[in-house]
Amino acid sequence: MDTILDIKHIVKNYANHLALDDVSITVPKGLIFGLLGPNGAGKTSLIRIVNQITAPDSGEIYFDGEKLAEKHIYQIGYLPEERGLYKKMKVGDLLLYLARLKGLTKTEAMDKLKEWFIRFDIKSWWEKPVEDLSKGMQQKIQFVATVLHQPKLIILDEPFSGFDPINANIIKDEILRLRDEGSTIIFSTHRMESVEELCDHVALINKSKKVLDGSKAELKEQFKTNSFNIEYEGKLDSKEGVFDLLNSNELSPNHFKGNVKVSDGVSMNDLIKSLIEQVELKAFNENIPSMNDIFITAVNQD
Amino acid sequence: MKNILLIIEREYFTRVKKKSFIILTLLVPLLMMGMWGAIFWAAMSGVDEKKIAVIDDSGYFVNKISDNEMYSFEYLDQNITEAKKAFPESGKDALVYIPENIMENTKSVQIFAERGVPLELKSKVEGSIEREIENIKLTEAGITRSVLEDAKMNISSETISLKDGDEKKSSSTAATVIGFICAFLIYISVFIYGAQVMRGVMEEKTSRIVEVIISSVKPFQLMIGKIVGVALVGLTQFTLWIVLTLALFSIGGQLIGDKLTGMPDMSAVQSANLPPEVAAQMQQNAQSGGIPSELLPDIINAAGTLPIATIIVSFLFYFLGGYLLYSSLFGAVGSAVDGETDTQQFILPITIPIIAAFIIAQFVMRDPNGPLAFWSSMIPFTSPIIMMVRIPFGVPTWQIVVSILLLIGGFIFTTWLAARIYRVGILMYGKKVTWKELSKWVFYKG
Repeated sequence: MDTILDIKHIVKNYANHLALDDVSITVPKGLIFGLLGPNGAGKTSLIRIVNQITAPDSGEIYFDGEKLAEKHIYQIGYLPEERGLYKKMKVGDLLLYLARLKGLTKTEAMDKLKEWFIRFDIKSWWEKPVEDLSKGMQQKIQFVATVLHQPKLIILDEPFSGFDPINANIIKDEILRLRDEGSTIIFSTHRMESVEELCDHVALINKSKKVLDGSKAELKEQFKTNSFNIEYEGKLDSKEGVFDLLNSNELSPNHFKGNVKVSDGVSMNDLIKSLIEQVELKAFNENIPSMNDIFITAVNQD
Repeated sequence: MKNILLIIEREYFTRVKKKSFIILTLLVPLLMMGMWGAIFWAAMSGVDEKKIAVIDDSGYFVNKISDNEMYSFEYLDQNITEAKKAFPESGKDALVYIPENIMENTKSVQIFAERGVPLELKSKVEGSIEREIENIKLTEAGITRSVLEDAKMNISSETISLKDGDEKKSSSTAATVIGFICAFLIYISVFIYGAQVMRGVMEEKTSRIVEVIISSVKPFQLMIGKIVGVALVGLTQFTLWIVLTLALFSIGGQLIGDKLTGMPDMSAVQSANLPPEVAAQMQQNAQSGGIPSELLPDIINAAGTLPIATIIVSFLFYFLGGYLLYSSLFGAVGSAVDGETDTQQFILPITIPIIAAFIIAQFVMRDPNGPLAFWSSMIPFTSPIIMMVRIPFGVPTWQIVVSILLLIGGFIFTTWLAARIYRVGILMYGKKVTWKELSKWVFYKG
């Protein structure tokens, strides 16, 4: 798989704390990559280094196969968590300015802006000063500014904060569309449900170190607890070497719901066999950890 | 480089298009014109004669206080108590009472008026009485006024600067005035435009747009772009002020040109041909008694002999140098704080050298070649103001060169220092910054 961003052994020290401790992350092309971590873990420090806002103390970054350099700024779009706009400027002028800072010519920027203004149906905003827009409207403008120059890599830090559900959905659809058109999106958030929904690949940073990295499927496999939800009628006991009954509740007379943990090396079929010997099995499904579970488990283990 | 130009463009046009900029740019020349007009009008129509009643119990001063265009004096043969009673209905503007014992008690003159007594009237009355008493005493001693007049010589020296063997007539007053005006303009503009840079940086930080911008450009580029943009705004404003004021003055001058012929006070006409700041300043000085108005034509002639080209070129240089030196520091302060209220503690140490320079300038005017003048025109923090005071008096070329080199070095240093603070400060939110912290930022890596 092609990689868009190869982060190698990044170390970043601030005056009194270590923000990033030998962090290496590989971001594959054309995916939505979730960069997760508790507050203060070092996500923003890493994102700022990728954006060349700050420089690392040591380590290297390769962008699309080349060592990260100033010219790559034009191929990255960054929506910071702390974001704002020039309040007094007109929306159109401001977007033109930001687009030109990203290397577009005035006419290119104009053409692309027209598309976006039609897509979002915000044509009437062009002449308005930014301060006349609501917060959600300003967020939309910021999103447009981030992706207008069609960057290869889009970095979004908490992109949904400040959006109502309808607008959040619009932005989500745009993110998916951008991915399908070939952009790679690094997505930093605390909202696990959007990670679950959007991310193909995830890395978790905790206490300045990378603690997890992999595709969503791999991580779920890695974090599954080998436990199963079951519903049954009859009396069930743990069976040494096959499964443990972790807990059970009586839902209605003689009808139970419980959790079993399968012993190492026992196949699912053997488990079922062993279960139906004892009880009448009504429902059976594997416990797949959610991203939220994985996040909490990984952070607590650390 | 392309990005710096874009930033400069934005900084420049957003400011120049602001209503406040347009209003201020138009208002200042109008104010200048208005001030000049008011002075002119006052000079023309000062004939609103005030009638003053005088009661002279001593009898020495009857008809001795002469009328002028502002006051006419009428001597009443009345008792002071009666006169005071009758005063409100008398239609007189003031009542002067000279008691009998004036020769012994010189402080016994009284002036009554319904409202306050104008200072001018007071000095006119006092002057006339003093002069008369002097005359009386001289006569008693056997000397007449005319003998005394003969003995008085009017000395007025000409200052001539010896340079390259040429004798050039110069006027130290002209040099002082021009030097002071230049220094004052630099002083003011460092504050006005330095504060604009600081506000601009704070706006970007508090509105949180800064992180968006610096993902496209280097923090240093953003800072420099802003500083240069605001400098251009300043130059535009100055240029417009000069052009508009000149235009207004020439129109105004033509409108009232006819009325001026035959006016004894030619200084107003003379100064109309000068650059507006100079003219306005001279008008002010002339009014406030700084320069006797009959001296003005002389000063203007002498101003022609000053090194005008050097003054203009060095004004532009020191204006830019001083502005660059200080505005980068103002920018650094803007980046370090979270709001206007936090700026005070950091602003003070920056403004102290500017204010100090302006105070030193007053001394330097009196002694433009002394050691204080020399050193303070070398130190980059004071040189933009002090050197402009010295240059009209003539400064050795090597001193100007050294001062310029030091100033260039100075603003490269402050810009470097400011950039180090700026790049950390703009991303530092919600933290109360101390001096210690600031100094740490300077040495942060990357």
